[in-house]
Amino acid sequence: MDKDKQKVKLPLFGIPKMAPLLKKYRKSLFLIVFTILVFTAADLAAPVLQRYALNHFVGEGRLDTMAVFIIIYLVDIAIFGAAGYFNVKVCLNTEVQMDRDMRNKAFEHLQKLSLDYYSQNSVGYIHSRVMSDTSRIGETLTWNLCDTVFFILEILGSIAVMMYYNVRLTLLVLIIVPVIAVIYALFQGKLVKLHRQIREINSNITGNFNEGIVGARTIKSLVIEDKIGRDFTDETGNMYKKSMKQARMKGALSALTTLATSAALAIVLWKGGVIAASEVGTFSLFMTYARGLMDPVSILVDCLSLFIAGKVNIERYTNLIEKEPTVTDSVEVTEKYGDCFEPKMENWEELKGDIEFDNVDFRYPDGEEYVLKDFNLKIPFGTNIAIVGETGAGKSTLVNLICRFYEPTNGRILVDGKDIRERSQLWMHSSLGYVLQTPHLFSGTIRENLLYGRPDATEDEMMQAIRQVSAESIIEKLEKGLDSDVGEGGDMLSAGEKQLICLARAILADPKIMILDEATASVDTLTEQKIQNAVDTVIKGRTSFVIAHRLSTVRGADVILVVDGGRIVEQGSHSELMAKGGYYHNLWMRQFEEDTVNSVFNSDTIKKEEEE
Amino acid sequence: MGDHKDTEKENKGKKNKTDWGLLMRFLKGSLHLFIFGIITSAVVSLADMISPQIIRMAIDNAIAGLEPDLAPWVMNIVNFFGGFSYLGRNLWIMALAIVVVAAVRAISQYATQVLNNKASEKLVKRMRDMLFTHIEHLPFSWHMKNHTGDIIQRCTSDVDKVKKFVSEQLTNVIRIVVLLVLSLYFMFSMNVALTFVAVSTVPITLGYVLIFGRKLHASFEVCDETEGVVSAMVQENLTGVRVVRAFAGERHELDRFLDKNGYYCSLWMRMGTLLARFFTVQDVLSMLQVMLVIVVGSVMCVKGSMTAGDLVAFITYNAMLAWPIRRLGRMLVEMSQADVSINRIAYIMSSEVEKEDPEATDAPMDGRIVFEHVNFAYENCPRILHDINFSIEPGTTLGILGATGSGKSTLMLLLDKLYDLPEGCGRITVGGTDIRKIRTEHLRDNISMVLQEPFLFSRSIADNIGITREEISLSDIREAARTACLDDNVEGFAKGYDTFVGERGVTLSGGQKQRAAIARALTKNAPIMIFDDSLSAVDTETDSRIRAALEERFGTATIILISHRLTTLSKADKVIILENGRIAEEGAPDVLKTSGGIYQKIYELQNGIDSDRTGKEEAHG
Repeated sequence: MDKDKQKVKLPLFGIPKMAPLLKKYRKSLFLIVFTILVFTAADLAAPVLQRYALNHFVGEGRLDTMAVFIIIYLVDIAIFGAAGYFNVKVCLNTEVQMDRDMRNKAFEHLQKLSLDYYSQNSVGYIHSRVMSDTSRIGETLTWNLCDTVFFILEILGSIAVMMYYNVRLTLLVLIIVPVIAVIYALFQGKLVKLHRQIREINSNITGNFNEGIVGARTIKSLVIEDKIGRDFTDETGNMYKKSMKQARMKGALSALTTLATSAALAIVLWKGGVIAASEVGTFSLFMTYARGLMDPVSILVDCLSLFIAGKVNIERYTNLIEKEPTVTDSVEVTEKYGDCFEPKMENWEELKGDIEFDNVDFRYPDGEEYVLKDFNLKIPFGTNIAIVGETGAGKSTLVNLICRFYEPTNGRILVDGKDIRERSQLWMHSSLGYVLQTPHLFSGTIRENLLYGRPDATEDEMMQAIRQVSAESIIEKLEKGLDSDVGEGGDMLSAGEKQLICLARAILADPKIMILDEATASVDTLTEQKIQNAVDTVIKGRTSFVIAHRLSTVRGADVILVVDGGRIVEQGSHSELMAKGGYYHNLWMRQFEEDTVNSVFNSDTIKKEEEE
Repeated sequence: MGDHKDTEKENKGKKNKTDWGLLMRFLKGSLHLFIFGIITSAVVSLADMISPQIIRMAIDNAIAGLEPDLAPWVMNIVNFFGGFSYLGRNLWIMALAIVVVAAVRAISQYATQVLNNKASEKLVKRMRDMLFTHIEHLPFSWHMKNHTGDIIQRCTSDVDKVKKFVSEQLTNVIRIVVLLVLSLYFMFSMNVALTFVAVSTVPITLGYVLIFGRKLHASFEVCDETEGVVSAMVQENLTGVRVVRAFAGERHELDRFLDKNGYYCSLWMRMGTLLARFFTVQDVLSMLQVMLVIVVGSVMCVKGSMTAGDLVAFITYNAMLAWPIRRLGRMLVEMSQADVSINRIAYIMSSEVEKEDPEATDAPMDGRIVFEHVNFAYENCPRILHDINFSIEPGTTLGILGATGSGKSTLMLLLDKLYDLPEGCGRITVGGTDIRKIRTEHLRDNISMVLQEPFLFSRSIADNIGITREEISLSDIREAARTACLDDNVEGFAKGYDTFVGERGVTLSGGQKQRAAIARALTKNAPIMIFDDSLSAVDTETDSRIRAALEERFGTATIILISHRLTTLSKADKVIILENGRIAEEGAPDVLKTSGGIYQKIYELQNGIDSDRTGKEEAHG
């Protein structure tokens, strides 16, 4: 995860990295700059008009040109309004379009990245690159660009106008500008650093809230409410200290700006008072500009610091979209079978379902130890393999290899006698069924979720799959049947129901190879029985891999692979392994105990109910 | 879980009004700072008003030599510095005056910022601390009823909104009003007619901002929601990456994303038009207003009803008027949001904390534990315990056996007072004292409970084990870890006991977590120990090693074991069997083994599997 930290030096705030995007929207960007130019011009014209009014009308006491003056002023306002309108509109449109494009690109790229990227980076980490970094970049490239141009123009414009009227006085005022710039530059770095620290502490505090709530039972039974509370107060105290430091700094910064501004005013008054008697208007104009010059300078410094901050976002984003997938199809393979978005299905051979591990060594890209060494296993079509072991023991390794989520470090995996790498990933995936431990449904309707298995399935086929897993009662119970919404992550359904729908989805796909990661979520006995039956149905007549947490599936498996500490420690049939009395025997014992207790109680309850 | 909404509704029904009293409680310790901040900010505004006056006097009186029309006290000050004609020759004095005023302004500005920040940070700290403490002391049933994510949101983003409201809006309202009043005062005192011209556009601007702002606000909400949809889609795709790949769903996912993302973008494009109009109308209005003032002012000057210096000063004040008016409108729109946040926080703060009987005592906890006619049901649920009667002699071990959901854990929750046993539902006594009359903290201090799914804090392993005590030596921690058969594992980690739980890359296995929780419970040295199915993740061998170590170190403790493993329960002095919330069997394990009941059936089944090892079971099929 620290890959982003190795500092890649990106010149010019990393903006050249965004060249394709800038090129696509060059017309809009040009329009943004153009409208802001017009806007600034109209804005700067107003004080000039004011000066005219004061000098001509007030100074000379004549109202002869009033009508023309009003018309010109109104035209100026109209131009100002129109330019402002288009500027905001184009700016915002460009921003959201850029966001859209960046996110689309990131999302598309994520579909191609290999699974190691996902296991090395947390969902939150990737998510923030797709969502927040892109929006920051969009903001920087449009609004920040716009502001920067505006304030540079305003400063230059003000200086030009002031120069026109009085060079010496202008130069006096300008002494203050670098002073302010230096003050800002000095403070900025420290402020950015503080800001980061404060955000860090803030997320700690949120984490503490989470712990305090999720761990309520533990905290109460350990009677450590006060201790936990004190630790929390320490953290908020830390936050307070850091925030105050930031506040003092910001306060000092704006106070210094004020002082500098007033110094400029004082200079104008002191040295410029003499010109005031003859030209009240000019003097007033000068005062307006001198006063107005200081804000843009400090804002400009802020803008530049945003570019600096934006560089980090660009870095994070480009690191994502430039990340190469570690599992790739060769050029020849892609040419023949297509890629994951444009498959050439006409060239796809049918998959039979024989798999062979041939001298496979495997080590996770971020791991140091080999978890498989010289692994050989022939799995003819129709074989049922069970993989057992404790939580976190590394049961998914084999599955990862068969799905080609990872590739063997050495050796080959043969599918129907041919190296898995000779066909495309999508070809392999299209023949796979996969049911996860935590059933994963996408938000949408049940129908949409089922169609995920086979997009062209008919209503009948869907209902048949539902019946095969005895899930018809779920559908009947729901008001809209197949078209009922399952909620975010399928939350409208219970864990057991989700599992059944996932199984139906897998059946619908009718894969040659079935991979099942059994659910550990607690479900009621009836549902559990249904799931068990469904699993039996699903694996029939296919090559199957079952990552088992329950006993019954394991028992009938052709081969059981026992995993501990990431390695396969035992291998054989149920009776062979039981006779051995090793690790498997131990696992089996533990689960059997719980099952016996539950089964005895259940049969007892049923008996009693029958008697009544 | 759905019932938390009902409680909230009830809560809302009771108090429909904003809980200002709560806000005042939060503001304790920061209110005076806010007030000082407002005072210093008034000084800032005042300084802003004074410098144009100095400029005006410089132009009109000192330079142009017009007859001053000033209040006597102002004239006194001017005369103190030698009168206008002197000042006209020595303009540096007036320049210096500007710098002095600026210095006062700068200091006040600094003070304002520091005071306001100090106040708001104090406010946030106090709110968070109070919320956290309150939440920790809320009954466990409350925690079960409310969603974690929802509570966290109330404690974080709602707190931020309230802080923003107080520190930005509330103080700004006052500042804006001061600015408005002062500007208007000076403007009126200079020229009444022109002031009326200047404020003529105010109702239009204000009205526009109010009406349109509300509309914008609604559109913003739609955008936010849609962004939530896009964000959730990414989240879902990332968490479901295996499903997407295994079902070859890349194309489908991409299409779905393009669709949603495109829609979100189009919403914002529409928003762009609205925003552009919103800003432009305001900009144009304020520019028109300035023009109006200049045109009318010029005419007045020409007609002789106004001096040039007055007009210059008037224009400056007029510029000061524009910002507060725009702000005021926006603020009124935003104010309604803070209201919602305060009420959301009030929901937490008004929930009642764990009750304690005022007569509760620190009764001795090493006596007999008795459950008498205990009946219990969770809120809105069918009854889970029916007339439970049993007792545990001090120093003995009680085993509890039952199917999943039979009420085993509920018994323990009641004993630990995590749920209160209502009056009239029987009683639980320890050493003859009803636990309702035992101080909760004292009771829990004397009960060590280890849960089936242990919760570890994101701290080091040492901190986790030693968290129950203020001061604990590493050797005590290691001793506890040794009893829990964890020491060897921890020694194997690169950072040993300093290993951070939950740190990336270092994950404790389920068994290790459970043993850490056991070690943690042991440091309490409590006379009552409860193991709620907490030995299940360790193998039989470690299980018996842990129990042997416990026996050796805590021989006098009363132990309650909940387990499915009869080898574990067989060492108990007594076993009770729970079935659907009733005690079905009770007795010594050796007796139950042959009593022909549930225990015997399970015993035979679990032993039968043992014979599987020798291959005998093969014959059965």
